[in-house]
Amino acid sequence: MEEKTKNLKAGAVNVDEYRGVWIFAEQRQGQLLNVALELLGEGRKIANTLGLPLTAILLGHEVDEIADKLIKYGVDKVYYGDHKLLDIYNTDGYTKAICDLINREKPEIMLIGATTIGRDLGPRISSRIHTGLTADCTKLDIDMDNRRLMQTRPAFGGNLMATIICPNHRPQMATVRPGVMEKSKYDKNRAGKIIKFTPELEEKDIRTKVLEIVKGTKAQVQLEDAKVIVSGGRGLGSPEGFKLIESLADKFNAVVGASRATVDAGWIEQGHQVGQTGKTVRPSLYIACGISGAIQHLAGMQESKVIVAINKDPDAPIFKIADYGIVGDLYEVIPEFMEALDGIDV
Amino acid sequence: MNIIVCLKQVPDTNEVRIDPVRGTLIRDGVPSIINPDDKNALEEALKIKEENEDIKVTVLSMGPPQADMALREALAMGADEAILLSDRAFSGSDTWATSKALATAIDHIGNYSIILCGRQAIDGDTAQVGPQIAEHLGIPQITYVEELEIIGDKVVAKRAIEDGYYVIEGKMPILLTAIKELNEPRYPSIRGVYKAHEGNRVKNWSAQDIKADLSNLGLKGSPTQVNKSFTPPGRSGEGEILSGSPKEKAGQLVLKLKGKYLI
Amino acid sequence: MDFNLTKEQQMIRRIMRDFTEKEVKPIAADIDKTEEFPRKTVEKMSSHDMMGISIPIEYGGAGGDEVAYAIAVEEISRACGATGVILSAHTSLACWPIWKYGTEEQKQRYLVPLAKGTYLGAYGLTEPGAGTDAAGQQTTAVLNGDKYILNGTKIFITNGGQSDIYIIFAMTDRSKGTRGISAFIVEKDSPGFSIGKIEEKMGIRASSTAELIFQDCIVPRENLLGKEGEGFKIAMTTLDGGRIGIAAQALGIASGALDETIKYVKEREQFGRPLSKFQGLQWIIADMATEIEAARLLVYKAAYNKTNNLPYGKEAAMAKLFASQCAMDVTTKCLQLFGGYGYTKDYPMERMMRDAKITEIYEGTSQVQQMVISAAVLK
Repeated sequence: MEEKTKNLKAGAVNVDEYRGVWIFAEQRQGQLLNVALELLGEGRKIANTLGLPLTAILLGHEVDEIADKLIKYGVDKVYYGDHKLLDIYNTDGYTKAICDLINREKPEIMLIGATTIGRDLGPRISSRIHTGLTADCTKLDIDMDNRRLMQTRPAFGGNLMATIICPNHRPQMATVRPGVMEKSKYDKNRAGKIIKFTPELEEKDIRTKVLEIVKGTKAQVQLEDAKVIVSGGRGLGSPEGFKLIESLADKFNAVVGASRATVDAGWIEQGHQVGQTGKTVRPSLYIACGISGAIQHLAGMQESKVIVAINKDPDAPIFKIADYGIVGDLYEVIPEFMEALDGIDV
Repeated sequence: MNIIVCLKQVPDTNEVRIDPVRGTLIRDGVPSIINPDDKNALEEALKIKEENEDIKVTVLSMGPPQADMALREALAMGADEAILLSDRAFSGSDTWATSKALATAIDHIGNYSIILCGRQAIDGDTAQVGPQIAEHLGIPQITYVEELEIIGDKVVAKRAIEDGYYVIEGKMPILLTAIKELNEPRYPSIRGVYKAHEGNRVKNWSAQDIKADLSNLGLKGSPTQVNKSFTPPGRSGEGEILSGSPKEKAGQLVLKLKGKYLI
Repeated sequence: MDFNLTKEQQMIRRIMRDFTEKEVKPIAADIDKTEEFPRKTVEKMSSHDMMGISIPIEYGGAGGDEVAYAIAVEEISRACGATGVILSAHTSLACWPIWKYGTEEQKQRYLVPLAKGTYLGAYGLTEPGAGTDAAGQQTTAVLNGDKYILNGTKIFITNGGQSDIYIIFAMTDRSKGTRGISAFIVEKDSPGFSIGKIEEKMGIRASSTAELIFQDCIVPRENLLGKEGEGFKIAMTTLDGGRIGIAAQALGIASGALDETIKYVKEREQFGRPLSKFQGLQWIIADMATEIEAARLLVYKAAYNKTNNLPYGKEAAMAKLFASQCAMDVTTKCLQLFGGYGYTKDYPMERMMRDAKITEIYEGTSQVQQMVISAAVLK
């Protein structure tokens, strides 16, 4: 005990005073995000390893049904902060509500989805609490010997993985990449405790004001949940190539993905991008068309169950990880493939 | 009005190679560049300067002495002043310690209205330093800015989310993080290159110069540590290359997928 | 002795490389096919002071040195030889002679907009009967009151038809031979001046190569560049500098080709291993890299001499002779390493090889360079 408290590090705490695994259950306009269920799935494993309860933090206004839903998805306890000023996400209100709770309850671990909002909120909290935060983790483990959260994340464009620890500060905070962790299962019979509270917030605490929310300006691309993804790369030759990709995707009821090169070239919207700087996906079937397979692309799709690659260049790295490869002109192969699919019942 | 742009010199990750045995980066011969998102932040500051009167743009970077080059490039693009925060005491900083040092330097500069940062750096991809600076300074933030308007002492920003955007208003002083959709960064002008190298255009500040608390700096001031780094494990598929005419290949593929119950 | 580039030169290289990757490379194959002059690229170059790098700031330039200018041409040419020669001809052959020989009034009127890139410039010396033998000028200029009347035809004029300003050489006094040649600044809208045939070329296809026709073309007397009879000297000294630009273009083509090839041989596998693992091919790569480095040193040395007011005629001729041979040699070998793919338009090798050939021909063929060099060595 004494060893641990005697610490040179600024802001270090007695880590043994901190217990409990927390996840931030992000909701937007009353809709719980999928990443929250993924955090519940992963959080549950961690909580079980540590023998601790799993707690969800839910903030919003009149979102009681989400609190219930969280219980059914396996959380033991929900801190549900209900406040008019938390209706729409804002940095100041959410940061204050969560920091107050952390300071009072002292959790050991805090996980946040690495969404555009989670990555606004997480750093703000860690900075205020004076603790570490590991960004965009793709793997979490517990080192029981030292009772530490081992937080693994890609860096340098996916060229390198790093495992990060936070030995002397608490909570150990991580944002977790959406689409990577397995979701928890729904169980209508599960019970848990909902602790509803009113965070101490005043108008003047909120220094930025949301004037408008516009959705659907970017096509909703649900890559993370797709069973089948058909992706196009530079080998398409032109933006028109995505029309062929779309028609193939239609056959599978699949979602269209894209390589960074095509997004950078402006052929397709960023929402379609798969890879290190795009989305991480794990569909049952991934069909890569005209994608050479740069490491940064592979980082986002190599967890797919079956990978099919169609590419003109027999030496393309994508063939090294593909289950089935077709060397050839995709403009010849795909139409034949679609015709062959028509011949059977999909 | 003073705008401070934080920028980082990073290795061009497109050129980065990994030592497969040791799992470390091979930095030799990898060009250093201004982090792309930070360039968008600088471009926005320069646009504000062009469209308004009496704007001073100061670029601030923390890094080794060589980061001087990134700052001179920023000067060549049109920044007015450049400050390099360089000291061995800063080395090994995680995002918390980095943001603390930058915030301390910004406090030392003082009298700012807007702080612009890139959303994230391509070497670390954390997107944490911007918001952490804002918190250390106690000012509001708008991250993921894809469109920006200055109205008096307020900013109105389109802030990107996954499937659309929020329109957010905030009062200065405020910190904003830029994404690449915000603008198209200009190239430095050749004339600007020569001007940027005249005399002592880049100020060098040490930890002492900004009166930083040493316990908050570097490895010592960093709550997180790298436990280990390694190259990502590769996946290896069955790697069956289908042969024949395009029609035959397509036919085989359908059979294979059927065999896996994917069709 | 210092072989390092200055910090400014290093930064200019990075900027030019970045510019080339984003603005030049993506369209290079396309404009080669369509022969479309890259007007937009030139405009972008202008807005970043790239069209007058070595011209002093007071005359609209960037105030840089000749090495920086050579680096700029080299970097652009790594991706597109056509865009490289547009920059080279404009800077070396149109801006420079006005800066060197022009009156203050001519500089203000013509050099400032040229160096800013508002105007594009060209240089007209070659005629159907006066190529390598440039002294055989048939174009004439006759003074008539306060104007000169020009008659004749120029051919193979780089940037012809696209330029606003032309440096034109013509005989003012045939009896004096080369001492009877004079230089003129001719605006594109001058009465009696028209553009004739536009050449369809093997390489540098996006650059414009035109015939210029002068039929009683009226040029104001104040547009005489230098003095009457100084034309041949102006033409030759201008070409000395121009050769540094063309040598830099050749160097760029060669180094661009080698870089593409290095990428290719590391990826392309035959007999179960990358091409780069075959010793026979490693030797070819080593020779090419050495040749390119030698060319680079010659080019920078000539540019350095010019910057520092040291003699550079022989040095420029050596740089051009060697760099152009290097470009031809390297692109030929690189194409060979690409095999069948190199012969197709899916890869840039065949274009680079076509672009390389002209560097052995224009602004003095290799044989002319040998004449210049031998004259200097044997004197």
